Amino acid sequence: MAGSPWKAHGALERHSLLLLIGIVIVVAIGGLVEIVPLFYLHNTIEPVQGMRPYTPLELEGRDIYIREGCYVCHSQMIRSLRDEVERYGHYSLAAESMYDHPFQWGAHRQGPDLARVGGKYSDGWHRDHLTNPRSVVPESVMPPYRFLAETTLDYRDVADKMRTMRALGVPYTDDDIKNAVQDLRDQDDPTASPTGLHARYGKNVNIRDFAGDPGRITEMDALIAYLQMLGTLVDFSTYQADAPNNLR
Amino acid sequence: MAERDEDETSGVETTGHEWDGIREFDTPLPRWWLIIFYASIAFAVIYWVLMPAWPLITTNTPGLLHYSERASVMREVAAMRAKRQAEGAQLQRATLEQIEKDPQMQAYAFAVGQSIFGDNCAVCHGQGGLGGKGYPNLREGVWLWGGSLEQIQQTITYGIRSGDPNAHNSQMPAFGRDGILQPSQIDDLTEYVVSLSHRPADAAAVARAAPLFQSNCAVCHGAGGTGNQLVGAPNLADGGRQWLYGSDRASIHDQIWNGHGGVMPAWGRRFDANTIKALAVYIHANAGGQAS
Repeated sequence: MAGSPWKAHGALERHSLLLLIGIVIVVAIGGLVEIVPLFYLHNTIEPVQGMRPYTPLELEGRDIYIREGCYVCHSQMIRSLRDEVERYGHYSLAAESMYDHPFQWGAHRQGPDLARVGGKYSDGWHRDHLTNPRSVVPESVMPPYRFLAETTLDYRDVADKMRTMRALGVPYTDDDIKNAVQDLRDQDDPTASPTGLHARYGKNVNIRDFAGDPGRITEMDALIAYLQMLGTLVDFSTYQADAPNNLR
Repeated sequence: MAERDEDETSGVETTGHEWDGIREFDTPLPRWWLIIFYASIAFAVIYWVLMPAWPLITTNTPGLLHYSERASVMREVAAMRAKRQAEGAQLQRATLEQIEKDPQMQAYAFAVGQSIFGDNCAVCHGQGGLGGKGYPNLREGVWLWGGSLEQIQQTITYGIRSGDPNAHNSQMPAFGRDGILQPSQIDDLTEYVVSLSHRPADAAAVARAAPLFQSNCAVCHGAGGTGNQLVGAPNLADGGRQWLYGSDRASIHDQIWNGHGGVMPAWGRRFDANTIKALAVYIHANAGGQAS
């Protein structure tokens, strides 16, 4: 066997123990490269102002986003490429998905990126578009979701969902969880007092009847509340994009 | 290990193993393939040295080049801004009217306006700005909030009912839903609005609705129903030209009953002032907008 270096692999192939050791080494390297960065994840999340956990209504909207498989065709990840920054706005930060479990970066763009869709269109447009995408975007291939406006939101377990999120590291307080149901109702009701929502989630919370159906909270309300929040939380006026810590 | 030997039939070298008389060919990988394989490994090693690669305890190896994707995109965006600097500075200094009159600046504004419009405005206002139910047509020269260059610029920057403090704000009451008027009164008003455009209408209903119109509608739409751009009240006497929610009886009734009012976002939060200027010039020109 000795001699030609082109035949050296023969040694590995003929000794099962040697092959086993080789496999362990290769898998260990792969594992370390993927696992070790998780230990200093906090270093990869940029320090930003304004990021907050989702409100109960937004969290329910996120669950509908996942249930309906929106992520299959829409990404929430503006890559650091010039054309994407030109079209969608500032590239996505790690901080912007730090309360997403699981993250919604997506892997495919059949439709446009949604990372900064919040505030880009009116609630009425989202309602029209989700009801029948072709009514506003004739060339769209998105399926209609008109049942969302007809389906009353089931939010009985919203506090449990927040507890689950807390177990995964989202800093919901006991107060947030205790008031989950009330906060959810208040966010969809422009006549309700915003004091509680503002105290728990800050001033940057949209409070209005998202689906334009007074007196009802539908899945449409929750999904639009979630979409209108996307990409609007981080205060970019205080974010130092060129600080050495923020470069990747 | 057995002696190396060749298969008599094919002449290919075997591994030398034999299992119950069955032997295994030792067909070597093509040399070119192996060279590429080892070259890839060598490339990986060079890449580790030059580029950010290996995770350490608190950070990762920065690589000799200290490459950063974010720094790279920021450089690219800055370079693009610099490229646009000449035209941008010109646009910044010029008034909207000057931009529209100067062929070079106008061409630049059209190019910027068109690309921004396609991705941001067309989603509601339609490709080419033809609009749809609830979304104004921007090509007909019919304006709810005014069609001068400055008015268009103002509307784009702050939006309509967008929540911005400078946004256009007005709300048509939901006369039926909120119980301000009786259903029969709304039926009469529907006939009245139809009659304003000299369309055939029930004369008795029109007569009954005239005082109602003056006390409820005229404050925004004007005594003759000709509208008021200061409050975004449409002209009701123009035969239903570009009425946002339709001009047949059912649509008019629905609008008096529910008082629909759309929302336009404040684009000043997304675009810089130059981009909005260019967009205003583009929209104004395409609509045959009103002179300032």
